[in-house]
Amino acid sequence: MLTHGSPPSPGAGEGHVRNRVALLLALVGVAAALALPFLGFAPNRLLSGKPVPLWDVLHAAPASAWTALLPGVLLLAAPFLPPSRPVLTASAVAGGLFTAGLVWLAGTHAGTLAATASPAARTSFGAGFWVLAATGLLAMADALRRLHLGAWTGAWVRFAAGGAVAGLVALELAAGRLDQLSILKEYANRSDVFADAVLRHGALVLAALLPTLLIGVPLGILAQRSPRVGRLVFPVLNLVQTIPSIALFGLLMAPLAALATLLPGLGISGVGPVPAVIALTVYSLLPITRNMAVGLEGVPDDVRQAARGMGMTPRQIFLRVELPLALPVFLTGLRVTLVQAVGLAAVAALIGAGGLGAIMFQGLFANALDLVLLGAVPVILLAVAADALLTLAVALTAGNRDRAMTGGASA
Amino acid sequence: MRLDPLTGRLMLALLALAALVLGMPALKPLFAALYPALDRPLYEAETFLTLTLDHMALVGASSLIAVAAGGLAGIAVTRPWGAEFRGLLEAVATMGQTFPPVAVLALAVPSIGFGPLPALIALSLYALLPVVRNTIAGLEGVSDAVRESARGLGMGPWETLFRVELPLAAPVILAGVRTAVIVNTGTAAIASTVGAKTLGLPIIVGLNGSNQAYVIQGALIVGALALVLDAGFERLAAWSVRWRTEG
Amino acid sequence: MIALERVTKRFGSWTAVDAVSMTVEEGEFLVLVGPSGSGKSTLLRMMNRLIAPDSGIIRVDGADIAGLPPEALRRRMGYVIQSVGLFPHWTVERNIATVPDLLGWPRARVRDRVTELLELLKLDPRRFRTAYPHQLSGGQQQRVGVARALAAEPRVLLMDEPFSALDPITRGALQGEMAAIHRGTGTTIVFVTHDMDEALALADRVAVMDHGRLVQCAPPLAILTDPASGMVRDLVGREEWGLKRLAVETVARRVRPEPAIPPIPGPPVSSATPLHRALSEMVARGADRLPVVDGEGRPAGVLHLADLVRDPSAPPPVSPPVSPPVSPPVSP
Repeated sequence: MLTHGSPPSPGAGEGHVRNRVALLLALVGVAAALALPFLGFAPNRLLSGKPVPLWDVLHAAPASAWTALLPGVLLLAAPFLPPSRPVLTASAVAGGLFTAGLVWLAGTHAGTLAATASPAARTSFGAGFWVLAATGLLAMADALRRLHLGAWTGAWVRFAAGGAVAGLVALELAAGRLDQLSILKEYANRSDVFADAVLRHGALVLAALLPTLLIGVPLGILAQRSPRVGRLVFPVLNLVQTIPSIALFGLLMAPLAALATLLPGLGISGVGPVPAVIALTVYSLLPITRNMAVGLEGVPDDVRQAARGMGMTPRQIFLRVELPLALPVFLTGLRVTLVQAVGLAAVAALIGAGGLGAIMFQGLFANALDLVLLGAVPVILLAVAADALLTLAVALTAGNRDRAMTGGASA
Repeated sequence: MRLDPLTGRLMLALLALAALVLGMPALKPLFAALYPALDRPLYEAETFLTLTLDHMALVGASSLIAVAAGGLAGIAVTRPWGAEFRGLLEAVATMGQTFPPVAVLALAVPSIGFGPLPALIALSLYALLPVVRNTIAGLEGVSDAVRESARGLGMGPWETLFRVELPLAAPVILAGVRTAVIVNTGTAAIASTVGAKTLGLPIIVGLNGSNQAYVIQGALIVGALALVLDAGFERLAAWSVRWRTEG
Repeated sequence: MIALERVTKRFGSWTAVDAVSMTVEEGEFLVLVGPSGSGKSTLLRMMNRLIAPDSGIIRVDGADIAGLPPEALRRRMGYVIQSVGLFPHWTVERNIATVPDLLGWPRARVRDRVTELLELLKLDPRRFRTAYPHQLSGGQQQRVGVARALAAEPRVLLMDEPFSALDPITRGALQGEMAAIHRGTGTTIVFVTHDMDEALALADRVAVMDHGRLVQCAPPLAILTDPASGMVRDLVGREEWGLKRLAVETVARRVRPEPAIPPIPGPPVSSATPLHRALSEMVARGADRLPVVDGEGRPAGVLHLADLVRDPSAPPPVSPPVSPPVSPPVSP
């Protein structure tokens, strides 16, 4: 039964458990290790794989495997250790190392399997791998959160920790340890197409970002200064956001195709990157415009009054006071825009815009699941990277302001 | 009785959707005239009504699952006994929301296979995130004074939750559900690429077969459906704060 | 009746309430007063088990409340807080009906009770019954808060700085309302405030707390004339001590039962008038005598200025209270 009278004190009444979150993650991890296949092994890319449990992996290469999973021991012990700074720091490091170790282990075992199988054989990540990797990352995130590092330091540390894990996996990749995994075998077959797709994907997002900023920023400033403009603009942009991307792409095709027949010299067509960039721009306008307006709206009026009182011109007030104060909110809008655009650019592959979505849908239509992975995983990584960079930028701009306001006391 | 503007908007959107779904076959001559090169200017493999109902079933089922699971999780981590897990849940929700829905959908296929099931699972998972975040934010937004007086007057934890906290958090929770449903309406259309039969099917078939008429037919209906749902949530949102605007 | 025996509450290493023993009598208006952090709110919140004591026993009507279901206990004690905490999504009527609804009263009885309470707190039922909290002023909201606490006819009413956030005029009016409600219903009231003037104006007994300890528990007059420590004396304040001393007594205590000869011009004052008001009246009229009438308006005698300056029934004070040092007023 619930008692609201006294908040539960960690560790009370539950034996020696000091950290119930770490306990949950450890239990999920153990269950995934025992019950879910760590890898899947298939004779070729079209057949579905047979499950390879973690136990088999450990059995095949005991020494290296145990080394890779050593950080996991600390994660299993963490629930019962007092949540002191050294323990939490060690848990965070262990979570990151554990995740990187899992990737390494999967790559190594794929190599072992490849040595005895035909070149067409495929080793892919199983559900057990994904769950274990997620528990490692979440253990890291939770330990960092419990360290209570403060906004500014915390943002840096989280960014560095994520970067470190990504860096470790990148090292394994560069060293060729992961080459026998199915997704990389797929990559090896299409490395030139893949590189083009990544560049094309980035180009689509950036091509949409430029007009979005050119239109959205002034529109946001205008909407904040004149409520009438706001009442006109925001309902329209909101409505656009509700229209499914695939429908908007489809609806743009016909008028653009008509335009193309009327003006054949302009290089416009109903399919390809042009309608994709137009649709992406239209979707991106809402978060940019709204956050620009909301950011300016959030500038305290007395700050504005003070600036005017000190003799700043309206232009100086805007550039030196309002814009810097609105920056964190604006950057949050930019983060939403970028993450959203990375995903929408993938959908745009359906209308022939190319990019990573093309690889993904090609895989879906051809029932080639490794190809789906080769398209979808980088899309997610791009979105996560854009999110991480801009989250850091938001924290830094907001944090600098806070530190300036408190005289650097929080540093 | 006069209709308020929100109800009016909902009615209008509903009418447009119904007209498009039921009246599309009547537009066959128009499409034939617009695209004289096409053998089949109207998508007829399934009726648009079937596709619309299937689409709505997928969106509805995934949203219901998300609301039930996400709502329960959000409630649990805002209770004293679950508070420790709040950071973890928020981290998962924040991280998950950066994953593009189309990529989540694509990744469901290698793990589950083709058909409506991976679509349902991917959509449910994706819809969970805004529901969880907004449930937490909504419950957290209930003022301490209100909570304190509910306890002080002798409401138990569940009475406080159901009579006070949830009704007050309803607008914020509804906004999360709205986000989830709107995103899912779009993702469900793309789910026809993983074998779910939805309004995306004419669009995908049209794109693959260079049949622009199919694309337009599917896009119009799925767009109208999104507008209906959006107008419906707008109406619901106004209803959930009726006490704030009364008088 | 509420009896506390060596009640202690710690938050971490900080002792909020330190072995407090006291009794609140049936029908008493007891005011807990002290500076912020003195433990008065914590003590109040332990009486309805919003906070559980670390040690000690609290009995309500003889029963140890640690053994009672907390919700049932709270439903028979009214509770009012400074921030009011009306449920913003409910009408005034439904807010007031909260506890009767929880107790399953029949609808008609709830409705009648709401009407009765709205009238008791001087809120027009026709206007306020269906209003929402955001449509009310701060004072009206707290009137509804008090009505809600009284709805199920509790024998005990707990009030935690209920009027501290209100402007002085509204606060004065609500204090008057509370005094009247206390006289009319005989409800036991435990009232927390940091304002000694409020405490002296309302209390049957004032319980002064400091650093978690009960420093003094006595009627207002004793707090003024016989403070238990320098801290209590500081809390009362040296400024205008004499006026506060007069404020805790009524004209009835000092009136001379004699005919008004020669006749005194001007309207008479009631014997229930606090003495500081009577003094103010004398200054305003430029008179050193006032005619006094009793509750029914019958002549009751004459109040003399000399009797205000010194209580005729008391012996000369052995240790006169420290006279206020004459110092230039310091703006806070």
